[in-house]
Amino acid sequence: MNNKRLNILTNGVVKSNPTFRLVLGTCPTLAVTTQAINGLAMGAAVTFVLLCSNVMISLLKRVIPDRVRIPAFVVIIATFVTVVQMIMRRYMSSLYDALGVFLPLIVVNCIILARAEAFASCNPVLDSALDGIGMGFGFTLSLTFIGIVRELLGAGSFFGLPIGSLGNISMTVFILPAGGFLVYGTLMALVNYLTALADNRKYVHPTHKASEKEAKV
Amino acid sequence: MNLYFVIIIGSVFVNNFVLSQFLGICPFLGVSKKTNTALGMGFAVIFVMSIASIFTYLVNEFVLVKLGLEYMQTIAFILIIAALVQSVEIVIKKFSPSLYSALGVYLPLITTNCAVLGVALLNIEKAYNLLQSFLNGVFAGVGFTLAIVLLAGVRERIVPKNVPESFRGFPITLIAAAILSMAFSAFSGMFGIV
Repeated sequence: MNNKRLNILTNGVVKSNPTFRLVLGTCPTLAVTTQAINGLAMGAAVTFVLLCSNVMISLLKRVIPDRVRIPAFVVIIATFVTVVQMIMRRYMSSLYDALGVFLPLIVVNCIILARAEAFASCNPVLDSALDGIGMGFGFTLSLTFIGIVRELLGAGSFFGLPIGSLGNISMTVFILPAGGFLVYGTLMALVNYLTALADNRKYVHPTHKASEKEAKV
Repeated sequence: MNLYFVIIIGSVFVNNFVLSQFLGICPFLGVSKKTNTALGMGFAVIFVMSIASIFTYLVNEFVLVKLGLEYMQTIAFILIIAALVQSVEIVIKKFSPSLYSALGVYLPLITTNCAVLGVALLNIEKAYNLLQSFLNGVFAGVGFTLAIVLLAGVRERIVPKNVPESFRGFPITLIAAAILSMAFSAFSGMFGIV
């Protein structure tokens, strides 16, 4: 039983990572990751909403009629998003401004509705909470990582701290919209490659035979 | 008059919703395999966005602001959009079966398209009036359609066999979108619009 719970918790972090494996919630992933700290903040906000909405929906799963479940889920999610908005506006106003319109847009983040529909509406409360934490953590991890890469390449700093003279040779394109797509795409390909290696699947590059050697390593 | 021109050019090219503001990425990646389906999705988005802009403006102006309930914006807007999408679906099904068969499958997906809620929230943030909000809704939708149709055109020409295995599917699509976005960044500063 304990093992099953652990699986639920780690599922969202590695095996079905929302960003790299499920490709859900892509809008905030690309939009706010110009700085690592923004990625972290967005991840934390989504985790909070995900945890609360999963618990609430799991508690109410016998009360909500099947036919109106989607609108009901959306209202529950929107309520928690409003709570997050209010807290951030009061206590973290600079992050509130940095995340801008993407903070209220957590409502339409597909991860949250997807987990509500696929997990919380048919599982016990504790499992749903664990699923919310796991998925949220996976999302936070990916967003922070993309943020670190983009900030390092685009602005030459790490969580706002300039690193040596890296700022002089930084490539602004990485903090522009185009760089977001580029970094996300490349990192996803890297994750695919590593997953294929970990699965011990023979990796054969279709055009270059040289990479067959690489795969055997 | 000048501001209307700025809204139109701005939301189609300079601040393209998908390629420079990252709104509506999910359908942009999900429904862009074929040009035809991309076009269908695009028209459905234009349709819903323009109506949603009007309704959210009216509700915000005459209900939420009047009652001092601005903090309910997120909840109210998502409900308006969900109800709107549902009723548009019912109306189209009843009166124009041919339009329904063209747009029908895309309509339910639009509720969770962040571009629609995004345009409603940005209209309020930029303090647009009713006509400006409507124009912003229509042309943000046109910008979305332009981007998704262009990406679909690019994707149709990507031969999967020539793509390295780990890049197949989403990664190569994201790279294509990056190049498209670079091309669109050339529009920034056009007619002095930032």
